[in-house]
Amino acid sequence: MRRDPAGATLMATLAVAAVLVPILNQLVPASSPLHVSTYVLTLVGKYLCYAMLALAVDLIWGYCGILSLGHAAFFSLGGYAMGMYLMRQIGRRGVYGDPILPDFMVFLNWHRLPWFWHGFNYFPFAMAMVVFVPALLAFVFGWLAFRSRVTGVYLSIMTQALSYALMLAFFRNDMGFGGNNGFTDFKDLLGFDLHEDSTRVVLFVATAIALAAAYAACRGIAASRAGRVIRAIRDSESRTRFLGYRVESYKLWLFVFSAVLAGVAGALYVPQVGIINPSEFAPINSIEIVIWVAVGGRGTLVGAAAGAVLVNYAKTFFTGALPEVWLYALGAIFILVTLFLPRGLMGLLPRSSEAR
Amino acid sequence: MTRRTARGQRLWLLLAAVLVSSTAFAQTVDETFLARLGELRDASFSDKERIAGQLIESRHPRARDVLTSLLGDRLYVRASDMRVVIARPADETAASLELVDPLTLKAAGSAAREELTKIGTNNRLRKTLRVAMARFDLADADSAIRLNAVTEMLRSLDDSAAALLKERAGAETDSRVKGEIELGLTLLALDGSDSARRIAAIETLAGRPRQQVRNRLATLLEKNADGRFVEADAAVRAAASTAVSRIDRALTVYGAVETLFFGLSLGSVLVLIAIGLAITFGVMGVINMAHGELMMLGAYTTYVVQVMMPAHIGASIFVAIPAAFVVAGLAGVVLERTIIRFLYGRPLETLLATFGVSLALQQLVRSIFTANNRAVETPAWMSGTLQLGDALAITYNRLYIVIFTMIVFAILLAVLKRTRLGLQIRAVSQNRAMARAMGIRSEWVDAMTFGLGSGIAGVAGVALSQLTNVGPNLGQSYIIDSFMVVVFGGVGNLWGTLIGGMSMGLVNKLLEPYAGAVLGKILVLVALILFIQRRPRGLFPQTGRAAESQ
Repeated sequence: MRRDPAGATLMATLAVAAVLVPILNQLVPASSPLHVSTYVLTLVGKYLCYAMLALAVDLIWGYCGILSLGHAAFFSLGGYAMGMYLMRQIGRRGVYGDPILPDFMVFLNWHRLPWFWHGFNYFPFAMAMVVFVPALLAFVFGWLAFRSRVTGVYLSIMTQALSYALMLAFFRNDMGFGGNNGFTDFKDLLGFDLHEDSTRVVLFVATAIALAAAYAACRGIAASRAGRVIRAIRDSESRTRFLGYRVESYKLWLFVFSAVLAGVAGALYVPQVGIINPSEFAPINSIEIVIWVAVGGRGTLVGAAAGAVLVNYAKTFFTGALPEVWLYALGAIFILVTLFLPRGLMGLLPRSSEAR
Repeated sequence: MTRRTARGQRLWLLLAAVLVSSTAFAQTVDETFLARLGELRDASFSDKERIAGQLIESRHPRARDVLTSLLGDRLYVRASDMRVVIARPADETAASLELVDPLTLKAAGSAAREELTKIGTNNRLRKTLRVAMARFDLADADSAIRLNAVTEMLRSLDDSAAALLKERAGAETDSRVKGEIELGLTLLALDGSDSARRIAAIETLAGRPRQQVRNRLATLLEKNADGRFVEADAAVRAAASTAVSRIDRALTVYGAVETLFFGLSLGSVLVLIAIGLAITFGVMGVINMAHGELMMLGAYTTYVVQVMMPAHIGASIFVAIPAAFVVAGLAGVVLERTIIRFLYGRPLETLLATFGVSLALQQLVRSIFTANNRAVETPAWMSGTLQLGDALAITYNRLYIVIFTMIVFAILLAVLKRTRLGLQIRAVSQNRAMARAMGIRSEWVDAMTFGLGSGIAGVAGVALSQLTNVGPNLGQSYIIDSFMVVVFGGVGNLWGTLIGGMSMGLVNKLLEPYAGAVLGKILVLVALILFIQRRPRGLFPQTGRAAESQ
């Protein structure tokens, strides 16, 4: 497990991107063919967030065999926590100019900030919530589910129901999360204007670093002694239990860690795309994440990240150029990959020491 | 609407023919009528009210049509000749309107909106007009129209309405209309001065549990600002108080029955959308994410059948049901043969592949039918309500859904338990190797089972086409619910699906008054997630060897 050529390639690519893309954006003049526009920069930043989300799903699905169809929910919760901080930063610059209440609350005729909005004007608190809220949900759900040995398809459908219930809940205006419209019109982050190119560059670099760190962490877990137990659970859960390992605990902590990764990815995603709304919870989003992982290669962390970037690049390309073909293409990718490429695109590479 | 006015016209024409014997006299009647109409051009609202009254008094055969048009904002003045004309109902966006002559009801050309000035109405005038309409309708030959007219009059009872109702009460033959008229007269009797008669009226009203009656009686118990009762007669107050509490009790019971029925009909929808899945997922263990899209295919089949037989919408449903079964069933067999059979024993991969299929199917209908929703008509025999007593109204489409679900369930159960195919399906699902050893062609059985489940999904789609919009997203909005029902009921158990779906529907409707529709649904989902933790295999878990292998 020591040698990790694919991982090294990923890290090197990220390092090059984190250095080169800002230079090409900031220092190369816009007329030059080498110039990277801010649009492209933000787009790539978005892909990197997705890659991080794919890592989170691959960690539990590829290594532990838990197919979660609820990771879009953890992603969105992280995003909403970040969105709440950004909403509080708008202050008097909102349409209604209320110093404390965000626009949608004024619009709904609310007079006081709901209790769960307090503290979100402090960045460290908001960041703590980005980690804590998805972790808590994953902990409660996982504790209930793994303890009573809900596995396989049942677990997948339950996670899907969880995500669906959250979507319905966030669509309600009474919840205090902006209902249908969610949060948008963000102004600044830590005092830096989100519309400035330089802020976007910093966000991009931060995302690249976060992705590298996430990869290192996942890799560390997979290569550790615990990682071996986790793979044993994937291959034969009851046998691992008979050997005396506490299967539930391993699964639970891995699930919580994965949810936190997804939440952090969501928090990085929101300031870059500038909006978060309940449709992010939609069950189809969770399934799409699984597709990225399946396309890249289940059980290969690099493959998951690469799959996320490739599928999303294809999506951007097709929805722009041939919108009516995109769903056919996505559908075909799903079918072909599951039928003919059970190990994803990474399976096409010469067999490495990954995962197996 | 058109049939009803046509019938009304015929009656009026007959009346006119009898009353108006000489042409010369008819001429003058028509002339006065037209003159009155002309006055509408620049009358104030109170003048319009007076003119409307005169038009009614004149008993002119066209008065009703003109007043209906006025009420429907379709009476215009044409700028070219300053004549009052009726416009045919048209789109808000239509640039020009088809016109009708108010006297002959024949087409009178068309005009651009700019050339027409609408004769406007206000709330007060509209109210007067509605009462006037009711007056016309009260003499209609159709009892349904008379019933509507009386109901309309009950909303605002005054002396003129009282006179009309009394006049009609003697002549009325239809028992339901008669009942309504009596209710109106009893309500009017409350305003009298004879204490004994008022109390009698209150006692009669106590037996008519309706919100409207309750509200009227409750006004007898109100107090003034200075704390004294509005109603001076203590005996009347006492009677009213008993009557109100009696009505309240009756309304509570009716409300409960209604909730129960709503719950059962929602439950029936849930069972219907889940029962095909109970076969493919429950019996075969295939996670078919394209299940929703198979229902969508059924709904679109209904649409296509209706387009092909526009003259027989009522019968189209009976063609659509088998057609949808065949279309969705064939799609299912193709799906099984080309994709799913390679993925048996790998449920999570099946989930992904079938999800891909669902995306492709959605795009397919988008390409063929565009992304817009298609309008599927409801046959006449399925619309309307069944009125049970005073407070309980049951819409026919809900009732038919319950019946339809029961029939589908019974047929499916019979297929599984009584036919050779059913026996083979059960054998293969319990022990594939042993079934093969007994000479069952398990591959053929797989294809047939999947086709059966898919066909049932198509049939569910026919029902859904009557309940929601038929569009490319129809399947997606139901897929999670259908999985929930199957998992809740217990995989591999048709009875579990039935009971699971019905109880989910009931709980949902019971929660709705307290929590609202969306929160109620969220609560049901959360309760379900918790329930599965307690009983991971659902309400009715499979037992025996087959359960272990899953």
